[in-house]
Amino acid sequence: MRLDVVLHVTTKFILAPLLLFALYVQFHGDYGPGGGFQAGVIAAAAIILYGLINGLGPAQKIVPVGLLEVLIPGGVLIYLSVGIAGMLLGDNFLDYNHLAHDRVHGQEWGVFLVEIGVFVTVFSTMIAIFYAFAGRRRS
Amino acid sequence: MIATHLPVLLILAPLLGAVLAALSRNGFAAWLIALVASALTATFSLALLWRVQAEGVISYRLGGWAPELGIEYRIDAVNAFIVVLIGIVAFLTMIFARRSVLAPERIAWFYTMMLLCVAGLLGISVTGDAFNAFVFLEISSLSTYTLIALGRDRRALVAAYQYLIVGTIGATFYVIGVGLLYLITGTLNLGLIVERLGAIESSRALIVAEAFIVVGIGLKLALFPLHAWLPNAYAYAPSSAAVLLASTATKVAIYLLARFLFTVFGGHVDVGQVPLGSILIGLSLAAMFIPSAAAVFQNDIKRVLAFSSLGQIGYITLGLALANPTGLTGGLLHLFNHALMKGAAFMAIGAIVLRTGTAKLDELSGIGRTMPWTAGALTVAGLALIGVPGTSGFVSKYYLILGSMEAGLGWLAILIVASSLIAVLYVGRIVEVIWFREPALAAREASEAPGELLLPMLILAGVTIYFGLDAEWPAGLASAAAQALLGVAR
Repeated sequence: MRLDVVLHVTTKFILAPLLLFALYVQFHGDYGPGGGFQAGVIAAAAIILYGLINGLGPAQKIVPVGLLEVLIPGGVLIYLSVGIAGMLLGDNFLDYNHLAHDRVHGQEWGVFLVEIGVFVTVFSTMIAIFYAFAGRRRS
Repeated sequence: MIATHLPVLLILAPLLGAVLAALSRNGFAAWLIALVASALTATFSLALLWRVQAEGVISYRLGGWAPELGIEYRIDAVNAFIVVLIGIVAFLTMIFARRSVLAPERIAWFYTMMLLCVAGLLGISVTGDAFNAFVFLEISSLSTYTLIALGRDRRALVAAYQYLIVGTIGATFYVIGVGLLYLITGTLNLGLIVERLGAIESSRALIVAEAFIVVGIGLKLALFPLHAWLPNAYAYAPSSAAVLLASTATKVAIYLLARFLFTVFGGHVDVGQVPLGSILIGLSLAAMFIPSAAAVFQNDIKRVLAFSSLGQIGYITLGLALANPTGLTGGLLHLFNHALMKGAAFMAIGAIVLRTGTAKLDELSGIGRTMPWTAGALTVAGLALIGVPGTSGFVSKYYLILGSMEAGLGWLAILIVASSLIAVLYVGRIVEVIWFREPALAAREASEAPGELLLPMLILAGVTIYFGLDAEWPAGLASAAAQALLGVAR
């Protein structure tokens, strides 16, 4: 009989709320403490927890290394694109005033999109660090 | 539209290039992206210099937020000078970096890190915000640690780790100092800090801030007793990374030190009772003699050049310590010239390592017979390190000597000449081995370096000679920069 059945079952229970909480922190960043960085760490913690319990192989089936290598620069690309969009609309770099019909909504949209970029890069970098340590073999 | 956005485009080109290079995941595509991005950077930097010369100081507000709330990029004669240097050297290095000796799956990441490093260095140079400078310092440092660790030798890992520890301490000291400045003035914008410091008589926090910042940046620029990380880092990094680091990384740290010493602490050059100027002269002199003497006894040519870099940094900081227009011009001009000559020298070593697989001096006897152009570039760079008339090194040392005379320190002039004699020893050793000895096995089997390595190398070597004969352009830039730095201090 497997002794780690408790761990397996509780992990399954925790994973979904963890990811949901990550999304809450992500979108609550506009009004209170939170934002892309924290949300990215929480979401990555879900994958890392899964990896700790089920092993590196199953975790890499969910988030393969190849995907990480796209996501890490991808998040920065999202961030930069929002900044450059501001420039194309005639403002300075990272000025969101003209991203929507008025300034307040423009700023809201700008920060929202930039935070998604932060989320993507932090999420994937955290997992990449975990994979790098977990993948080390004793030589 | 492009003209108004130049300051930020300068950073965006390498940053976007780095992201695209990482996404491409293909060695050749990444190199092509790096080449285009650095060519754009070089163009933007020259355009920026031209605009600064025409219009004076340029300010750019990120996100449209005014300083105090937002981050300001502020470019005057000083950073325009540094930015042009980085832009041009980075472009030439990317041409050189085509021949990588890395494992294929790592090549794209290598170019990503090179571009990130360039973006970080440019960021430190253009930003007018003390904390933003820290962020860019970390961007360039983190990518540098990775670049060094990518070296083929396993000792590269130790070198990278050593630099990681020391560099982190340096950056932490810097940020502690910036924190204290924020405590006193309530702002992170350098211009506003200067304004508000004027009203502050003398405060213990200011003294501590200055001490932390000078020591922190001193670690990053490898000022004499804080230099131990540098020789290994340069010796074991991949050749093209060594070129980039040797010609730009320490130079940007020196710029940051000059910015803080002259612009920010203009009225408070002494740390409490401690006369900072005299200490800096003492440390510069120690750097000019002790590491240069160590260079004479190295067998690995890369290490010879790394130790020689430490000595040359001494001349530059000496120019800062003299703090008169001529001396400071000499220091900044030497910064510029040294970047070009060291770039040429490290490119030559890179080419020799590519062809022979070794940088050990005793295995390279007679390499000049089979790789004449490469050995020629190395010789020109070596002569410029000594400061032979007709090379750029002579002009900058001449300014330094004039500056010491002006400061009433004639004995310094004698010591500058005396320390150049040590350079004669280590350069002479290299020249003797590569040209006059019977070719060893490695030399007989080698052939001349490929064109894409020779081209940037010979450009840098040629410019080293050209600026030795006609120094008007760089000397004019350096003198404008020196005046801009000292103008605020007065």
